[in-house]
Amino acid sequence: MQYQSQMVAKPYFIAAIGLFILQILFGLIMGLQYVMGDFLFPEIPFNVARMVHTNALIIWLLMGFMGAAYYLVPEESETELFSPRLALITFWVFLGAAGLTVLGYLLVPYSTLAEITGNSILPTMGREFLEQPTITKIGIVIVALAFLFNIGMTVLKGRKTAITLVLLIGLLGLAVLFLFSFYNPDNLVLDKYFWWWVVHLWVEGGWELILGSILAFVLIKVTGVDREVIEKWLYIIIAMALISGIIGTGHHYFWIGVPEYWQWWGSIFSALEPLPFLMMTLFAFNMVKNRRRNHPNKAAVMWALGTTVLAFFGAGVWGFMHTLAPVNYYTHGSQLTAAHGHLAFFGAYAMIVLTIISYAMPLLRGRKAANSALSQKLEIWSFLLMSSSMVLITLLLTTAGVKQIMLQRMGEHPLPFMQVQEQLAIYFWLREGSGMLFLIGLIIYVASFFVGNSEPEAEVAA
Amino acid sequence: MNEVFTKSMARNIFYGGGVFFILLFLALTFDTVQQLPKLDNRAALTEQVAHGKALWEENNCIGCHTLLGEGAYFAPELGNVYQRYGNSTAFIKAFLMTRPKEGVPGRRSMPQFNFTAEEREAIAEFLKYSSQINTAGWPPTIQG
Ligand code: HEC
Ligand code: HEM
Ligand code: HEM
Ligand SMILES: [Fe+2]
Repeated sequence: MQYQSQMVAKPYFIAAIGLFILQILFGLIMGLQYVMGDFLFPEIPFNVARMVHTNALIIWLLMGFMGAAYYLVPEESETELFSPRLALITFWVFLGAAGLTVLGYLLVPYSTLAEITGNSILPTMGREFLEQPTITKIGIVIVALAFLFNIGMTVLKGRKTAITLVLLIGLLGLAVLFLFSFYNPDNLVLDKYFWWWVVHLWVEGGWELILGSILAFVLIKVTGVDREVIEKWLYIIIAMALISGIIGTGHHYFWIGVPEYWQWWGSIFSALEPLPFLMMTLFAFNMVKNRRRNHPNKAAVMWALGTTVLAFFGAGVWGFMHTLAPVNYYTHGSQLTAAHGHLAFFGAYAMIVLTIISYAMPLLRGRKAANSALSQKLEIWSFLLMSSSMVLITLLLTTAGVKQIMLQRMGEHPLPFMQVQEQLAIYFWLREGSGMLFLIGLIIYVASFFVGNSEPEAEVAA
Repeated sequence: MNEVFTKSMARNIFYGGGVFFILLFLALTFDTVQQLPKLDNRAALTEQVAHGKALWEENNCIGCHTLLGEGAYFAPELGNVYQRYGNSTAFIKAFLMTRPKEGVPGRRSMPQFNFTAEEREAIAEFLKYSSQINTAGWPPTIQG
């Protein structure tokens, strides 16, 4: 760590991990409700658990992105952060808003929450991933503005690099696109059309820029490869992301009441979307292969490489699987969608946040370069356990999805939804088991922060 | 890709490509919005349907169900529930009314929302309106 103000990243990273734990606990509750329908009913209905699961995910990823920006922008810009105080204030505002929102979900019925937060004045609630009360959304916008101002001013007063520029464009895109969450017309087709401008253009647009720049930063640090080379890769990867991903939005416009030409635009362009993810994998492995030095933080290198591989499979391969309109006709809104959603979110965005935490946290906690060997060993175990159990979850949901489609959407006598779900129970039980493995991985991950702190730093083998 | 392909070329592809495809996307969006009146069943969009949509959102039905294939995968697709139950809103209203407070033992359950008769009517009309949007033939079967 070279600049004192990078320290503000620390609370962001800690809160991110805390919300990650909350997310997984509610994932496991839902996983059980899938097979034991009355579990915790009516105290915590499935939809409530789902909101907590997905919203905690989004908030912890945003916390992670912000922490990443606060960590890497001063270092890249070679100057202190514009205002560390503002960064801490926005942290507490953000965490407070997130905490109150989760409490609101859990303590009162959703319709009551809508009523007491005045949803009827500007209705934005009750749409997937955007369930937050309107005032929470306004809070998020204020936090985002303060954050962008702080990061923007820092970039302006310091050295400008491709990494900070790309990060800034990605963050700006994230904030601007979020504004579409305030547009909620009565017309369901228009509502859905622009809802995707938040959801799709986030994960297959703006966020890929953020992902790319964090990855590039970590790779420069751990491989010592020349910045020119890394930044060239970065530009070409994110260029491909935008070229394929923007029109690729069309893969969500097949069956929602818009013109059918979207079946062509969406299929063709989204079929190219795996390319930037493939290039990211080649990029990371090439840089590590051509490294100029060995970095003692092996865990961080592992996370960085793992991110690109699982992002490629989750987003690229599993995305491609159902992205062509004739296939999507059968798979749309099935367990296959859930399989893809899990591996893509985990592989790309959860793992890039865990990557930057792995790289930065030892430094923020006063180490010179890396944690002790023991602590890293635990971290690598948690990496292996979480990654492999997430792959298992994906495979199980994929199998369940294929079977669901065959029973419910094909053949002479399609069966009703509920009946089909009963036949899939075995896969859902196994998914819950894999989820428990994931939780064990997460516990080991948290433990790695507490174990081996008194031992000396890991050294590079000579 | 060393001397031939430089960083500034990569950067230009990023900016050029990004701007070009944003503009193309906006153009397609403009055309889509022009064509929507033929497809989105807006003639049926009454006050009551709008009220039904608000109720749909304020009770987070999407947290368990899909609607036109989007949402959660825990409970049946509702974009075609109107057709599934014989092109009638009567079943939908009755279903909403009869959910047991404590759920159905051992079975995935739907909450009892205590809607008024008028609210049930509005939700049912909203689902009917949704079912008549032109979805290019989706879903493949009546089971959603
Ligand atoms: C906690 C989850 C949950 C929420 C929230 C929920 N539902 Fe349901 N819903 C279910 C389940 C589970 C079923 C299947 C019940 C069964 O077959 O026993 C169902 C079935 C239905 C059906 C019958 C579908 C069919 O094909 O048989 C309708 C209609 C329906 N729900 C409407 C709604 C509406 C409208 C809302 C919002 C006001 C809503 N649901 C909210 C879980 C939920
Ligand atoms: C890291 C990047 C990605 C993430 C985080 C992600 C995540 C998701 C999620 C969560 C959904 C479900 C949305 C909903 O609830 O309705 C979804 C749907 C979808 N994704 Fe992705 N995705 C990514 C990349 C991709 C890519 C690269 C492709 C194509 C190659 C793709 C193709 C699709 C398709 C076709 C659907 C619609 C599924 C359906 O019809 O039900 N995704 N994605
Ligand atoms: C480890 C245990 C986990 C379990 C048991 C679990 C379970 C679930 C369940 C049951 C759903 C709802 C599916 C539905 O709508 O019917 C869901 C949704 C979702 N989960 Fe998880 N989850 C887990 C971990 C994760 C992780 C680690 C991530 C990402 C980092 C994640 C991301 C998501 C997303 C994005 C959705 C929405 C998917 C969509 O709309 O298609 N989950 N999860
Ligand atoms: Fe998408």
